[in-house]
Amino acid sequence: MRKPEQELAEIKAMMERSTRFLSLSGLSGILAGTYALIAAGLAYAWVYFPEMPYGSNISANRQENILEKLLLAGAIVLLLSIGTAWFMSQSKSKKKAHKFWTPASKRFIQALFIPVVVGGIFCLALLSRGHFGIVAPATLIFYGLGLLNASTYTLNEIKYLGYCQLVLGVISAFFPGYGLILWSIGFGVLHIIYGSMMYYKYDR
Amino acid sequence: MKGNYDKAFENVVRLRVMSILMVNEDFDFNSFKEILEVTDGNLASHLKNLEKAEYISVNKSFVGRKTMTTYKATSQGKKAFEDHLEFLENLIKENKI
Repeated sequence: MRKPEQELAEIKAMMERSTRFLSLSGLSGILAGTYALIAAGLAYAWVYFPEMPYGSNISANRQENILEKLLLAGAIVLLLSIGTAWFMSQSKSKKKAHKFWTPASKRFIQALFIPVVVGGIFCLALLSRGHFGIVAPATLIFYGLGLLNASTYTLNEIKYLGYCQLVLGVISAFFPGYGLILWSIGFGVLHIIYGSMMYYKYDR
Repeated sequence: MKGNYDKAFENVVRLRVMSILMVNEDFDFNSFKEILEVTDGNLASHLKNLEKAEYISVNKSFVGRKTMTTYKATSQGKKAFEDHLEFLENLIKENKI
């Protein structure tokens, strides 16, 4: 018979590994945050340049195609972030000799992306009906809900990232002029903070 | 002493299978194989063993043309596993005194 401590540790490890996706890479969070900050900087320049008073109303007619440009930038950030997270998590699970494609990782992806995809479609609907001011809060809120939903299937700490996104989303819903800056804090700064915390805690 | 050391869980593969089934409603054969990194034959014989003890139930279904075999812990199996856990915990407590 094995030592009982060892046996209990074995049981716990199996329970965790079979229900949680533990290979989410911290470094990919830092990179995703960086992409978001770059895109937010570009968006800021497109929307507010040459006058820079923050929080004043957007004069959307200043440039042609500004909506298309913003949408394109957002889509590129989204794809790059997902791609980075995918690639780096895969190499992390290889390094730790875990399987990447498990029922747990599938459940994690499903839990995260159902709110996110629905939120994305909803935002397109908002845009098509001209409610530009409420798009940034909507992306934050749906993303926050997705993270909260997915936290049962991955490292538990992601829950706090979700709460922060929700708070930012609700605040920015009431202060439409600050949508861009709150969006950069949520998708940029918070990802970088969360990513570095996870990197130092689990990845090194 | 409370709890019961269950011979069925003496083997580490069976212990792991049962741990997984305690926290997952069901689990399929191929996922077991991946997570446990054992051969088909080895896994099948351990699963058969647990099935005979009526600790797990088996369900075969078709996904396209392939059969998918999924396993569930029975209430009897869960009870046995909990007793086994209790035994281990008590053993640890006693050793500490």
